[in-house]
Amino acid sequence: MGTWHDYLKAAGTPPEWPYPIKYGEETEVETDVLVLGGGIAGCWAAISAARNGVKVALFEKGDVRRSGAGGPGCDHWCNVPANPLSRVDPDEWAIEMINALGDYSNGIGIEIQCREDYDTLLEMEQMGGKIRDDKDEFVGAEGRDPETKLMFSPRYGAKAGYGAHPDWRKPGFNPPEKRNNVVIRIWGSTFKPILKRECKKLGVQIFDRVMATSLLNENGKQGARVVGATGINGRTGEFIIARAKATIIATAGSGQLWNIDMEHGGYSYMYSRNENGDGSVMAFKAGATITMREGSHPFGIASGLKHKWYTGGGDASYENVPIVDANNVKLDLVTQGWADAGAMNSPDLLQAVRDGVESGKFELPMFGDFAGMKPEESNATWNLMLNEESTTKIMVKTMTEGGFDHTRDQIMNYSFIEMQSPPQYYDAPRGGGILHDWNLKTTLDGLYAAGTAVFSPEDHSFAASTGRYAGRKAAAYAKTVELGEVCREQIAKEKERVLAPAMRSEGIEWKELHNGLCRVMQYYVSQYKTERLYNLALEEIARIEENAVPQLYALDPHKLMRSLETLSAIESAKIIIYAQKERKLSSPKLGINRLDYPEPDEEELKKYLLMHLENDEVVFERIPIRFWGNMKEQYEAHNQDYTGVYKG
Amino acid sequence: MADKVFALPNVQTPSVPVKINPDKCIGCNTCVETCQIDVFIPNPKKGAPPIILHAEECWYCGCCATDCPTPGAMEFNWPLPLKPRWRNKETGVVSQLK
Ligand SMILES: Cc1cc2nc3c(=O)[nH]c(=O)nc-3n(C[C@H](O)[C@H](O)[C@H](O)COP(=O)(O)OP(=O)(O)OC[C@H]3O[C@@H](n4cnc5c(N)ncnc54)[C@H](O)[C@@H]3O)c2cc1C
Ligand code: SF4
Ligand code: SF4
Repeated sequence: MGTWHDYLKAAGTPPEWPYPIKYGEETEVETDVLVLGGGIAGCWAAISAARNGVKVALFEKGDVRRSGAGGPGCDHWCNVPANPLSRVDPDEWAIEMINALGDYSNGIGIEIQCREDYDTLLEMEQMGGKIRDDKDEFVGAEGRDPETKLMFSPRYGAKAGYGAHPDWRKPGFNPPEKRNNVVIRIWGSTFKPILKRECKKLGVQIFDRVMATSLLNENGKQGARVVGATGINGRTGEFIIARAKATIIATAGSGQLWNIDMEHGGYSYMYSRNENGDGSVMAFKAGATITMREGSHPFGIASGLKHKWYTGGGDASYENVPIVDANNVKLDLVTQGWADAGAMNSPDLLQAVRDGVESGKFELPMFGDFAGMKPEESNATWNLMLNEESTTKIMVKTMTEGGFDHTRDQIMNYSFIEMQSPPQYYDAPRGGGILHDWNLKTTLDGLYAAGTAVFSPEDHSFAASTGRYAGRKAAAYAKTVELGEVCREQIAKEKERVLAPAMRSEGIEWKELHNGLCRVMQYYVSQYKTERLYNLALEEIARIEENAVPQLYALDPHKLMRSLETLSAIESAKIIIYAQKERKLSSPKLGINRLDYPEPDEEELKKYLLMHLENDEVVFERIPIRFWGNMKEQYEAHNQDYTGVYKG
Repeated sequence: MADKVFALPNVQTPSVPVKINPDKCIGCNTCVETCQIDVFIPNPKKGAPPIILHAEECWYCGCCATDCPTPGAMEFNWPLPLKPRWRNKETGVVSQLK
C-alpha cells in the first residue's frame, strides 16, 4: 500500500501534482544574513547569526528538520579537546590533527573546531540535545565518565589520526590513563529537529524545499560583492530572489559524479543525495575562489552500491567490532576499538586478509562478532553508537525488530574483502571546496562558507562549529553594510536558465543526463588519467552541453530541481577535470594518479591549486600549503570578542 | 474500478522503501515533511496515506519510519539486495531480514 499504482487502481486516475504550480511567479526577500543549505552547518550559522541580533533567512532543498548528511543523526562529536576531561591542549591538538590529516587539510577550520566545538556541544545541550548518559543506560562501558556521564569514544585514544599506530598490537598500548579523551559519543539523532525548532524560535525565515540556484553579484559583475541569491521551490517551481547583506554557503559537497546508483541500492555515502556541488558551483560562477578540486579517490567506506552499513545494507560490524571468519577465527585487523585506539585498517592489513582468504587461512564469509564482545561494549556500539549514527539508526531498528540480538549474533560482512573499488565507484573530491580566510569569509565580499562546503572539511562537529562561527562573523559584517544593488538582468537570465527544462515536455530526462555524465567520468577520469583522456572528457561534456542539455526536460518542479542539480554536476565535473589537468603530477596524498606524469613534483605539491573565474575564464593561482599561519595566534587575533557559550 | 488493469511502465526498483499500513496510518503527512528527498507526496484525499512517488531516490536514511508518530503505520522495507544477514554464534544458523 502507498505506491503510485495502488493509488491509480483505487482512484482510477493518477494523482495530480499535489502542490500549486507557480512557474514564473516570484517572491522577493530582504534579509541581513542569508544561509544557503539548512544542514548542520547551515542551521548553526542561522542560529548564531540570529543570536547576534540580525535578521536571517535560510534556503533548504529538503526540509530542515531532517535534511543533510547529519539529519538522521551522528554519534561522534570529534575533536573536542576543550572538554573538561580532555588530556590535550586545544591548540596543540589542532596542530596534531593537521599533521595527522596531511598537508592539504584545513587549519583554520580545525582550529575553530578544536577551540569552539565543546561550547557548541554545550549549546546543543542547552537547546535540549542529549549529550550524556543521564539515564545510566551504558554503565560499565569503557570511556564512560561516572561524574559527567559523558561517554568518550575509542577514536584517537592515545594518538591523533586514523592510521594504526606502530605499537597498536603491543599489550597495554592504549590504557585509560593515556587516552586523549577528545571524541565524545552523543545522541545525535535528537539534534536536527532541535536545530530547526531553535531556528524558528529565533525568527529565522525558513524556506524549506527551496534549492539555491545562483549567487547575485553587486550590479551583476562576476567577482563583485555578493548581495543575495536566487532559488527555486522544488514543489511549486516558484522563483525566489533574496537580497542579503551577507550570504553563507552551507550546501555541503558534490556527490554523484561517478555513479548515481539510481533504482538499486539507493544512493548513500557520506552525503545525502540532495548534495550535488551546487554551492561550490554557485560560488565559482560568482567569481569566488575554490581549491582542492583535483583529487579523486576510489570510494572508501560507506559507499554506493556496495551494500555497506551506511548504504543501508548488510555489511555492518565495523567500528569497535572484531571481525571473525566463518570458523570464528579472528582476523588480524584493527577493530577501531579501545585496544587499538580507534585506528582504521590500512590497505596492507586488508591485503593480508585477502591473501589469507586465498591461501585458505580464513574461510568466507566474515562476520562482525558482536556476540564475542563484552556485553557492555556491544551494547554501547549497538544501542548508542550505531543507533545514533545517522542512517545506521534504521538498521538497528529493523534488525532488532527482525530478531537480531547483539549479545548472541554476528553480522555477516563482505566489505573487508571487497574494499577495492572499480572505476564507477570513484568519489567526488570531498576535500574540495570554497577557499576562506580566518573569518570564514570567501574571496568575495559578503560571502561566507561553512561545513562541508569549505575546502578540506571534516565532520559533524566541524560543520557545527564552523557554521556557528560563520554565522557570527557574517552577522558582524552585515551590521556594517547596507543591502547591495542586485542586477535585474542577471536575475532575469538566471530565471530563464532555471525554468528552461520545465518549459519542455520531451527530450532527455535528468536521470539519463546524469548517467551520461557519470559515464564520462567513469571512462576518462577514474583509475587511469592522462591528458588525452581529460581532453576526451571535456570534448564529450561539450557535446553533452551542446546536444543533450538543450533537450533536458522536467515534468514537474521536483524533476526540475533534479535537472538543475544535474547541471551543477556537469559544472562540478568540468571543474575537477580543469584542476586535474592543471596539476601535472601524481601524488597519492592529493589523490591524483596520472599515467603521463607519474612523478610527484615536490615544489608543486607544496601548494594549493586555487581556481576562480574572471570574465568566465578559469584563472589558476597557487598558495603555499599551511597558508593560514600560526593557528593559535591567528585564532586569537580574530576572536578577541568571542563570548563563549550562549547565554540567552 | 479495483479490477481494472492499467497499462503502466515498469515499477521502479526499489518497489517500496517503506510499507504503509492503511489501517493504522492517520494520514498526518509527517513522513512527507520529514523526507528530505520528497520520496512521498500527500494523498489528495485528506487523511489517507501518502503516496510513494520517487521510490528510487530514497537514500535509506530511515527518518520517515523513525519519526512516524503512529505505531505500526509505517514499516521500513530494505530492498532485497540490501537485506542484512546475521548468524547465531552458537548454533551457526544464518538469518536474513524479511
Ligand atoms: C551515514 C553517515 C554517518 C555519519 N556519522 C558521523 C559521525 O558519527 N560523526 C561525525 O562527525 N560526522 C558523521 N557524518 C558526517 C556528518 O553528517 C557531516 O559531516 C555533516 O552533516 C556535514 O554538515 P554540513 O552542514 O556541511 O552538510 P549537511 O548536514 O549534509 O547539510 C547540507 C545541506 O545543504 C542542503 N543543500 C544542498 N544543496 C543545496 C542547495 N542548492 N540549496 C539549498 N540547500 C542545499 C542539503 O539539502 C543539506 O540539508 C556522517 C555522515 C553520514 C552520511
Ligand atoms: S507519518 Fe506515519 S501516520 Fe503519518 S502519514 Fe506517514 S505513515 Fe501515516
Ligand atoms: S528512508 Fe529517508 S529518503 Fe527514504 S523515504 Fe524515508 S525519509 Fe525519505
